[in-house]
Amino acid sequence: MNDTALVLTLAASMAAAVPIALAALGELLAEKAGVINLGVEGMMLIGAVTAFQVGDASGSLWLALLAGSLAGAVFASIHAFLCVTLRANQIVSGLALVIFGIGLSTFIGKSIEGQPLATDFRPVRFGALADIPLIGPLFFNQDPMLYATIAIAVLIGVYLNRTKAGLAVRAVGESPGTADTMGVAVAAIRYIHVMLGGLLAGMGGAYLILGQVPSWSQAGTTAGIGWIALALVVFASWKPMRVILGAFLFGFARRANFWLQGEGVDIPAEFLSMMPYLLTIIVLVVWGTRDLRRKIGAPAALGIPYIRDER
Amino acid sequence: MTASPAGPGSDHPGRPAAIAAVQVTKRFPGVLANDKVDFHVDVGEVHTILGENGAGKSTLAAMLCGLYQPDEGQIFLSGAPVRLRSPREGLAKGIGMVHQHFRLVERFTVAENVVLGDPQQARFIKATEVEARVGEIGERFGLPINPRARIADLTVGQRQRVEIVKMLYRGADVLLLDEPTAVLTPNEVDALFQTVEAMTAEGKAIVFISHKLGEVMAVSDRVTVMRAGAVTGEVATADTSQRHLAELMVGRPVEVETRRGQSPSDVALSVQGLDVVEDGQKVVDGLDLEVRRGEIVGIAGVAGNGQRPLARAIAGMIKPSAGSVSICGKDVTAKGTKAARKAGLAFVPEDRLGTGLVPGLSLTDNMLLTRKRGFFVNRSEARAEVETAIVDYEIKTPSTEAQARLLSGGNSQKVLLARELANLGTPDGPQVVVVSSPTRGLDIGAAEFVRGLLHEARERGAAVLIISEDLEEVRSLSDRMAVLYRGRVAVEGPTDQLSIEQIGLAMAGVAEEGAA
Ligand SMILES: Nc1ncnc2c1ncn2[C@@H]1O[C@H](COP(=O)(O)OP(=O)(O)O)[C@@H](O)[C@H]1O
Ligand SMILES: [Mg+2]
Repeated sequence: MNDTALVLTLAASMAAAVPIALAALGELLAEKAGVINLGVEGMMLIGAVTAFQVGDASGSLWLALLAGSLAGAVFASIHAFLCVTLRANQIVSGLALVIFGIGLSTFIGKSIEGQPLATDFRPVRFGALADIPLIGPLFFNQDPMLYATIAIAVLIGVYLNRTKAGLAVRAVGESPGTADTMGVAVAAIRYIHVMLGGLLAGMGGAYLILGQVPSWSQAGTTAGIGWIALALVVFASWKPMRVILGAFLFGFARRANFWLQGEGVDIPAEFLSMMPYLLTIIVLVVWGTRDLRRKIGAPAALGIPYIRDER
Repeated sequence: MTASPAGPGSDHPGRPAAIAAVQVTKRFPGVLANDKVDFHVDVGEVHTILGENGAGKSTLAAMLCGLYQPDEGQIFLSGAPVRLRSPREGLAKGIGMVHQHFRLVERFTVAENVVLGDPQQARFIKATEVEARVGEIGERFGLPINPRARIADLTVGQRQRVEIVKMLYRGADVLLLDEPTAVLTPNEVDALFQTVEAMTAEGKAIVFISHKLGEVMAVSDRVTVMRAGAVTGEVATADTSQRHLAELMVGRPVEVETRRGQSPSDVALSVQGLDVVEDGQKVVDGLDLEVRRGEIVGIAGVAGNGQRPLARAIAGMIKPSAGSVSICGKDVTAKGTKAARKAGLAFVPEDRLGTGLVPGLSLTDNMLLTRKRGFFVNRSEARAEVETAIVDYEIKTPSTEAQARLLSGGNSQKVLLARELANLGTPDGPQVVVVSSPTRGLDIGAAEFVRGLLHEARERGAAVLIISEDLEEVRSLSDRMAVLYRGRVAVEGPTDQLSIEQIGLAMAGVAEEGAA
């Protein structure tokens, strides 16, 4: 009995990892290009509320997912404009994005509060493979977004490490002045990757509302997942596959309650809801310590606006 | 000179210059950095831009490579007018610049740095192909470099090779080298000159930027001299002399400086067995150093061999992990900057703005920062001091109340020097001074003035320690000198008894034990 509970919990953890992983992968792209965006939570909310509205109106899961993703990208472009074009402080701008995102999504979501959404993601069964004990339910009977997320992580890894464009992205994050002299379009790359970051965060938010939480409940919909995603990028030292592993861990932490209760262990809910903010504090400590940042592999120009005329 | 439709000024009739600037002007807020400058370099030639710091050399080069756009005037490429809106356009047209401050991604390998931004590169990078081409270029131009090495692990000289390889890889036909020798050991300079020769032999045009007369005479075919943003002369190297070039550079005849014999007395600054650890690495390693009253000691060495931590440890800004520092007999090891100053130290750090001056404060307030006595500040006295300094050092500033950050590098340095060097060696003033690159960024007039001050301070019995990457600066100022390599003294002795070869080898880390 308890074994099944554990397997079910593990399988659920993997699904719970999806929004965290998507948002963190997006943040990783932006940060690799040298822009930190603390606004993940805001972008996820915008993605979620847009996906709900579009899903409600169209009845199409995939259309809803697409709309949520695009909304995230558009929302992130505000951050790109402030930080790349106007060279604003990235921390301040990111925080503003969170606050704005909470406000705007609450406003857009007024009419749908507490309503459930009709559609849902169905697991993809890999035939007989899905019946293998333990491995089957974990890996071969999950919803399509889990597989998509892993594929995205693999693609990002290849993109950053094997391609010419990825090299340029990393150079922009490490030393924009160098990239500029070598003919790389620094501002364009930063814009694109901040927006890709928003796209993935929006997708994460959309998936959350389409596949995981029962209904729209304002900021409670994401419940701090955006902050966890931010922390995850740091803990994964900016490596996509480690983001996936880390996301499973956090996913497990979010779903463990169910299993632990069965085992007779009770973790206060307050502890879990505290976690995102605790992690954020740790990240900000890392952020503030230059040596530590360098050691764990943060892009060297992360958070620094690029000005060509600077001497 | 005006632009003829056929393109401007080649020295070979019928053949246009590889690249030329005609009457280019560039203004920065408050500075005319280039004033109607004419310049050209021919295919297969080395043309030097000579001028003091702030003369406008880098600005001109930046316009030639597309980093800056001229406010007025025109750039010509092989006789045809061009507009270069970015370094990318410059590179696409075969113009490559090696910047004074290297532009390399430290975490990348040599090969990754080289292919970065290359439009010829296919979408997926095959490291072996790039590595092979880097090797081939290195062989052809005498630039041996391991394509798989990470930049962070390379010496300054090797990094410079990467910079040049990078531009050659992208097919640059015009190479702009901005003060390439500033960071090199004498032997590395020789190697660079051979590379320059190999490049001109293949028909590349080289723009060489320098303020060192000896080098200029050795490497270039022609020289354009700049002063305060304007061209003061253009001559063929064969028809000129160092003295003549110096006059064009400074605008008046210059004197050759002499060094007087001195008899130093008791030790005023003593460093013993100093260890400094940064990032888990020993950057200063068991260093012993003594500076006596009445002498100037110079520390030479390639950048990053412990100069900065040494200076900071003496000044009390960082805690050494072992060893001691004492100033005028007082142990000030790890006691902080205030204790060091109290014991009689004046300190001119490497980064003038930031540690030296507070960028957002006025010059007067900056002058007041190091006052020792009193609770209230005496602004009028400080203002008078700034006024004197403005005259003595020829500081260009709108007023005594201007914020320090508004001043150009050279000018802010003058303010800092004025503050730190005031009253040096007098009973009230500091007795020991540590100066990083005392004349870097100064025009010759101000540099002479600073040299005079340091010499005067020595006469009065101050102990002077100069730390500089500019070997000439150290050699011309100091009575004794030491070369740092990997945080240790590689060679030391009276300056006039150390040969340039000895120093060069020590800087490169191949010195024999304790010469002189
Ligand atoms: N980006 C900039 N902004 C403002 N002033 C500048 C800038 N670049 C150069 N200058 C000023 O232009 C003048 C020429 O500088 P530069 O070309 O760097 O001289 P050089 O290379 O000969 O030392 C100096 O007075 C310098 O302060
Ligand atoms: Mg310069």
